[in-house]
Amino acid sequence: MREIPLLILGAGPAGLAAAAEAASQGIQALLLDENPAPGGQVHRAVGGFYRPDPGAPGADQAAEGLALIEAASASGVECRYGATLWAIQEDGVVTWSEGGAAQQALASVLLLCPGATERPMPIPGWTLPGVMGVGAAQILMKTAGLLPEGKTWLAGQGPLLWLYAAQLLDKGVTPAGILDLSPPGIPWRALPHLPMALRAPGYLLKGLDWMRRLRRAGVPVIKAREVAALGRDRLTGISIDGKEMEADLLLLHDGVVPNTQVTRALPGCAHVWDSAQMSFRPVLDEWGNTSLNGLLVAGDGGGIGGARAAALSGRIAALEAARWLGRLTPEQRDALAGPLLHRRSAELAPRALLDALYPPLPMARVADDTLVCRCEEITAGRIRAAVALGAQGPNQIKAFLRAGMGPCQGRVCGPAVHALMAEARGVAPGALEPLRTRFPTKPVTVGEIAALADAG
Amino acid sequence: MFRRSGPTDCEITWNGAPIPAREGESLAAALLAAGIAQFRETAVSGSARGPLCLMGACFDCLVEVEGVANRQACLVMVTPGLSARTQQGARETGA
Repeated sequence: MREIPLLILGAGPAGLAAAAEAASQGIQALLLDENPAPGGQVHRAVGGFYRPDPGAPGADQAAEGLALIEAASASGVECRYGATLWAIQEDGVVTWSEGGAAQQALASVLLLCPGATERPMPIPGWTLPGVMGVGAAQILMKTAGLLPEGKTWLAGQGPLLWLYAAQLLDKGVTPAGILDLSPPGIPWRALPHLPMALRAPGYLLKGLDWMRRLRRAGVPVIKAREVAALGRDRLTGISIDGKEMEADLLLLHDGVVPNTQVTRALPGCAHVWDSAQMSFRPVLDEWGNTSLNGLLVAGDGGGIGGARAAALSGRIAALEAARWLGRLTPEQRDALAGPLLHRRSAELAPRALLDALYPPLPMARVADDTLVCRCEEITAGRIRAAVALGAQGPNQIKAFLRAGMGPCQGRVCGPAVHALMAEARGVAPGALEPLRTRFPTKPVTVGEIAALADAG
Repeated sequence: MFRRSGPTDCEITWNGAPIPAREGESLAAALLAAGIAQFRETAVSGSARGPLCLMGACFDCLVEVEGVANRQACLVMVTPGLSARTQQGARETGA
């Protein structure tokens, strides 16, 4: 079996920066990503199809992404795209599928940079074709130049919603309206975090600029409480606090959560409930070490920090990988990482304010007949009923209802099922054990597995 | 639902009918650009579904590609002449 010193999963900002840093420390890394090109979700198709004009919303970020992609490419790191990792064994053997065949390698150090996914936002009718994530629509814009047509509504909260809406305006598309579901009233709870956030004012100024562009263009921003998607086989309308409007596209967003699908499948890899971000994340030290020797996590997969913090975490973790591999002494690592650790703290400064401004939408609002687990089509009411029968958490609900056991393996419904059960039990979400995942973490065909035998 | 802001350069087929596409874009993007909102019928209730996340997580964009079921349309790249079909409900067992 092929032996490699460092395997990096994920070619987003963390993975790309880590690959380049590892190369500069003389480490030949192997970088795997299931997408067809580098960039992750945030820098998707940057340098390829997505080339925003200078000054357009998101253009600065794309320029940073292009620099990361070019640096990784220049470093000579071996990148495999369209390569889906689906198993990690305790002895360091990693299995992935590529071009319809499985492959394996033995990695001395593993650095996982799995990024984030959009937090699920269960509302009535959210399974109708024509309802999707704001992030999904942005991916269509970046990778294929698709722009919404007809009456397009954005509902939810968080920076990405405002960025994408501003990007649409820039492309000449005027949304029908923005349904702001963020908590009502003046967000006093966020105020204590404002001074810290002002240490990196760029983020806040950008956000305010996006909002100003939308207001100036006359896009209605409606403070709403309840939104529902209406239609039979596809979206035809929406209901805003009971008032019906025509709709061709409804885009939902309630922030992002760390993608812990792989780390949760690793026995002994400790996770902790982050009460500020309202999500689980792996327990990490400042270098990105998990509770397992030689297994590191960098980027949003270890806690949401954004693209710049992710790239810095990737470099810091690569230096720690060099220490694991005997390439750097701890003193050499410290000297190289010092400025990076400092810059990362600065990039994370606005995070507490954002977390306090946009707490996830409360599960108490989700009606009993709303689907929560989309794959197995399990409603909030059935989950609440199972809690009343004694189901303690997401791992018991699997046996009761199969929620979290469909093709997505809990990637989408997981956070919603978890929050709903905690709310129904009247306990803090951190008191419930997170949904356990298992390898293969992506569906795999028997034919793909059989290819391993052919490879010997 | 969506319109293209750029040109297409090839054709693929969806349920046997030709639709325009661009080589290298995702199959999901090509279908949405062609006005196709429904990609599959669910295995549980047979209801209509289309993509939610387009980043490989939600599995709501599952389609049949070149006779292989359960392919994520957001992770399948367009090649000229690619043939895809709606995925209907649950897989049947047996011959």
